[in-house]
Amino acid sequence: MKPQNTGQTLRFLRRGAPVSLDNVPADRTLLDILREDLHLSATKEGCGEGDCGACTVVLGEVVNGRLRYKAINSCIRLAHSVDGMAVYTAEDIAAPSGELHPAQEAMVQCHGSQCGFCTPGFVMSLFGMYQNTQGGKGIGREQAQADLSGNLCRCTGYRPILDAAQQMGRLPLPAGCAVDEAATVAALSELKKKKPMAEASYLRPTTLANLLQARAAHPQAQVVAGTTDVGLWVTKMHKRFPQVLDVTAARELQRVETYPHHIAIGAAVTLTDAFAALVKERPQLLSFSQRFAGLPVRNSGTLGGNVANGSPIGDSMPLLIALGASVVLMRWKKTKTGGEIAHRELRLEDLYTGYRTNVMRPDELLCWIKVPRPTGHALEKVYKISKRFDDDISAVCLAIQMTVKAGVVQQVSIGAGGVAATPARARQTEAALLGQAWNEDTVMAATAALRAEFQPISDMRASAAYRHTVLGNLLRRFWLESQGQQAINLESLKTLEALS
Amino acid sequence: MNAPDLKLVVSKRDPAAGPPQGGISPLGGQRPASAAECGGATAAGVSRFHESAKAQVAGAATYIDDIPEVRGTLHAAPVCSPVAHGVLKGIDPSAALAVPGVHAFIGADDIPGDKLLAAFAHDEPVFAQGTVQFLGQVGGLIVADDVMTARRAARLVKWDIEVLEPVITPQQAHAKQSYVLPPVHVTRGDAAAALQRAPHRLEGAFEVGGQEHFYLEGQIAYVLPLEQQQWWVYSSTQHPGEVQHWVSHALGLANHAVTVECRRMGGGFGGKETQAGHLAVWAAIAANKLRRPVKLRLDRDDDFMITGKRHPFAYRYRVGFDDRGHLCGLELDMLANCGFSADLSGPVADRAIFHADNAYFLEDVAIHSYRCKTNTQSHTAYRGFGGPQGVIVIERIMGDIARHLGVDALDVRLANLYGIEDRNVTHYQMAVEDNILEPLMTQLALTSGYRERAEQIAQWNASSPVIKRGISLTPVKFGISFTATLFNQAGALVHVYTDGSVQVNHGGTEMGQGLNTKVAAIVADELGVPFDKVLSTASDTSKVPNASATAASSGTDLNGRAAQFAARQVRQNLAAFVAGLDGVGAGAVRFEGGQVITEKQTRTWESVVGAAYANRIQLWSDGFYRTPKIHYDKTTMLGRPFYYFAYGAAVTEVAIDTLTGESRVLKVDILHDVGRSINPAIDIGQIEGGFVQGMGWLTTEQLVWNAKGYLQTHAPSTYKIPATGDIPAHFKVDLWPEPNREDNVHGSKAVGEPPFMLAISVFEALRDAVAQAGGRPEAMNAPATAEEVLRAVQGL
Repeated sequence: MKPQNTGQTLRFLRRGAPVSLDNVPADRTLLDILREDLHLSATKEGCGEGDCGACTVVLGEVVNGRLRYKAINSCIRLAHSVDGMAVYTAEDIAAPSGELHPAQEAMVQCHGSQCGFCTPGFVMSLFGMYQNTQGGKGIGREQAQADLSGNLCRCTGYRPILDAAQQMGRLPLPAGCAVDEAATVAALSELKKKKPMAEASYLRPTTLANLLQARAAHPQAQVVAGTTDVGLWVTKMHKRFPQVLDVTAARELQRVETYPHHIAIGAAVTLTDAFAALVKERPQLLSFSQRFAGLPVRNSGTLGGNVANGSPIGDSMPLLIALGASVVLMRWKKTKTGGEIAHRELRLEDLYTGYRTNVMRPDELLCWIKVPRPTGHALEKVYKISKRFDDDISAVCLAIQMTVKAGVVQQVSIGAGGVAATPARARQTEAALLGQAWNEDTVMAATAALRAEFQPISDMRASAAYRHTVLGNLLRRFWLESQGQQAINLESLKTLEALS
Repeated sequence: MNAPDLKLVVSKRDPAAGPPQGGISPLGGQRPASAAECGGATAAGVSRFHESAKAQVAGAATYIDDIPEVRGTLHAAPVCSPVAHGVLKGIDPSAALAVPGVHAFIGADDIPGDKLLAAFAHDEPVFAQGTVQFLGQVGGLIVADDVMTARRAARLVKWDIEVLEPVITPQQAHAKQSYVLPPVHVTRGDAAAALQRAPHRLEGAFEVGGQEHFYLEGQIAYVLPLEQQQWWVYSSTQHPGEVQHWVSHALGLANHAVTVECRRMGGGFGGKETQAGHLAVWAAIAANKLRRPVKLRLDRDDDFMITGKRHPFAYRYRVGFDDRGHLCGLELDMLANCGFSADLSGPVADRAIFHADNAYFLEDVAIHSYRCKTNTQSHTAYRGFGGPQGVIVIERIMGDIARHLGVDALDVRLANLYGIEDRNVTHYQMAVEDNILEPLMTQLALTSGYRERAEQIAQWNASSPVIKRGISLTPVKFGISFTATLFNQAGALVHVYTDGSVQVNHGGTEMGQGLNTKVAAIVADELGVPFDKVLSTASDTSKVPNASATAASSGTDLNGRAAQFAARQVRQNLAAFVAGLDGVGAGAVRFEGGQVITEKQTRTWESVVGAAYANRIQLWSDGFYRTPKIHYDKTTMLGRPFYYFAYGAAVTEVAIDTLTGESRVLKVDILHDVGRSINPAIDIGQIEGGFVQGMGWLTTEQLVWNAKGYLQTHAPSTYKIPATGDIPAHFKVDLWPEPNREDNVHGSKAVGEPPFMLAISVFEALRDAVAQAGGRPEAMNAPATAEEVLRAVQGL
């Protein structure tokens, strides 16, 4: 039995035509409306938590007048968040004649499906890649591995799927398969003209001011910024949200702004785009950024959501702490003339007060993350240790920024994850380093300080003893790398592989 | 026979017509052999696409949750025990029943038939009764209008349990002599005396973890009441016959009242052999009480918490050997963690005994197998079915012997292989008649450059301070046949319709392994028709009854043969008919390329079929097959449990990070024996997929139960199967070129399970790297997580 009249109307584009659904509850997932309401069964539920990719669909969104494609996990995406977008599933991309799309045909020809249950999800990830690479051009094995790491297959061992990703660009695009971009953009702008109801259960303000006013007016509404974690509260913890406030439509917050000394990443910027901005200035972060969940999660989730959520194992925070990032919290302050935006800024590590608790007021929203730009003097490294290399949550994450001048540690900031109830700054370790000669003895002392500073727990990811040992070992790795040692991590073996 | 009034379309076979093109990949590259290489215009031997591939990529292949729901369908969710062990005093569903949309709580009182499942040991209650035996045990269902309402309400059900101390580890169970089945001992010679005499001795203890199947499609059943107490069950099951049996048993009905259908599974791997039955029984009990169709689809976390997994094993061993590494004597204790009930633990633990030799002659040996009862999920079939747990321990011993003697492990392995003329009888008294491992391993060592690379790696390691590499070549010899001899039978139906199209139905199930593709190819060849003429249909207990599980790698061997026999019968009917027309012997009628050819005439297949129908010739048939030669004594465990062995070997190179214990697989070379391949692309898919799954078992896939018996790794966020990034760029698979020496369908060999054990080369390569890092590989357990590797390298 569906709850009556508790939701609002949802409109999106499918195969170029608008789909309109009435009374969709605020907490209903995109997967549920596809499978249960629209009886579109191509998209599968594998895990219900965004970890397997069987539910992958592609969203088309107009950005600067052009369509941008994003593969996302429909199982943890709230349906209303795709309002006004184009939604593509595996049943949508073949030609009207039935001829398969190259993303599909390549999977057939490379024997990329066995049981077939993960297949529609892989096909949609491939379709997203295809659309974003001018028809699958130039996709190498590494990109295929990185972009498909959020899709699990238990049958094939992936080799044929990676082949398909690399080869789909060689197949002809059948007539009628291509997305008509102009028509889609036009149809989407038509959709946008339809206004949401006044008493909305799914609030999705399009300006910062409206967002903050909505926050003030609806303090009980569940705030979401991508739902790559909150989505699990719905599917796994069975929480209900009568009202949801989605920050991701606020125009101002969708930007990454560059200033002389910092970049400001809006809370509505996806992890994909936020990491791209960080990697642009710090290319060494590429691998780390690709290891943050899988692409469909990075395409939905936001950096702001990750930071505001404050999970002790959230991987962006140790890095951001080490880079000296701060957060800007905003709220709507009533004035005699109406109201205005009030804000305060604090260092990221000062945001958290305990396990998933923070200093934010009920009417405040985390709106910006400010990351200092690289100075060129500091050595910056981030290490993530997890059971699986890709798409895993770290057992330990350690990020270090250090400036050494004339052999002396002039500046250091260290962020650590997985070792305390919150992402934390290793202040005692920093103290043991700052002003000291950067040598083996200092490293030994700092290693001891780092190990003493945190009392990690044992859980299913790792034992306390392991975390404790590895924390220190990672500092040792940083030391060795600072001394110019190159081939001391597994990623350096990629070169080795290429040589042999 | 009178000459019928026929208008036969006569055509000449066009000799210029090439092999069939449909289904052959222009992108196939190095991998599958082309049709021409595989013998021309036949369906078998060709790398045809999976029969459902085009539907799968379009999202048009139907899984059970995709079947349009029948009016009135209700949805169920399991009510799971919150503790691992306790006296069950009561279950109070009142809070759940108050939720709008909830229809009922279904519990033990609602079972019309036996309150115990019709499982082999008859030791498993349908719903928990009297005692709670593991955390996650199902005590009943909540049935509601929609699935989320059912799931939410199920968590409101209150359990009244007097908590008892749980038994979590097999060692704890063994100490208490808590077993699900009695211990089994297999001995030959005098192991103790041989150990005494041996120039060298090693002893050790070892643990290998279990493994979650992680089929992408979770467990599901959809049960529809039909008229007159008859039932239709859609089940994602490897064993429709058992689901039928279990459901009818629980409902107190005869088997004939229940029909079970499964078109395909979204993965099985053994996890849907018995475990699918539970779901179907639960849903059927609810449907019976409510007189409504009921669907039960498990949430992934519930699937982890409820269903059994690969058995974790613990071992203790003492081994004696000479200066060249020849095994002299072996004493081996194997503790299988079976969980709370027997399920398939007996045959799983038996197969572990049967594979504790892997490829090696064990002269004086004593194996003691204990089937430990713990308060965890009841562990069950999983690809390899105990074989991997047998093979890994002897491979570990080989590695340790080599390190002890300071020689290359490949030489120790080669020295211990079964002989051809002597040293060729297993510890269970089966002669190894077709041992091809020495040439196979030698060839692989050559083509992979094993020996040169081993040297290069040692040199490289000497100058690499943090990263250490390791390499290992390990073989597999895997026995093919169900050890329970009676299961080695199969049936099939081949229907030829008047337009010449063909349906084949058999007792096997399709879980992605390509069984239907292979069977259709076999039938097409038998009838001499193009592959596309033959359609495989859903497994259905009303078509082929009493079918065995699709398991033990036997799907094609059994069902392919049965289908071949069925098709052969139809062909013989047609041959006799055409022979009568042309006045030739029936043996002279050939069926090929869609034509029926005698020395007098060539007719199209369709015209012959049409004419035969008009002349009342039977156009359909059954086929039945039972595996020859096999027998064994269940009490002494001696005999010939296997029709033949499948062989293979893998060389794996890895690297470890000695600061963190992280590892990577760098290179894999495989040479595997599938006999004469019916479909090389599908077989390679099984080999690669099996290898990667085995790699997961031994590296990242770690099941963690806490002291209270709570499975902490119950979702893909915490349980990590291999992902795209774990696959080495160099991943080379070659097929051994020799046909099966036993008379098996098309000269092929089974391929589902054997490649899984090739991944033991990953574990042995990691231990080699640990040794080269100066660590203690003998202290390393599986899975070799980063933590486990670091513990072996530097202690924690």
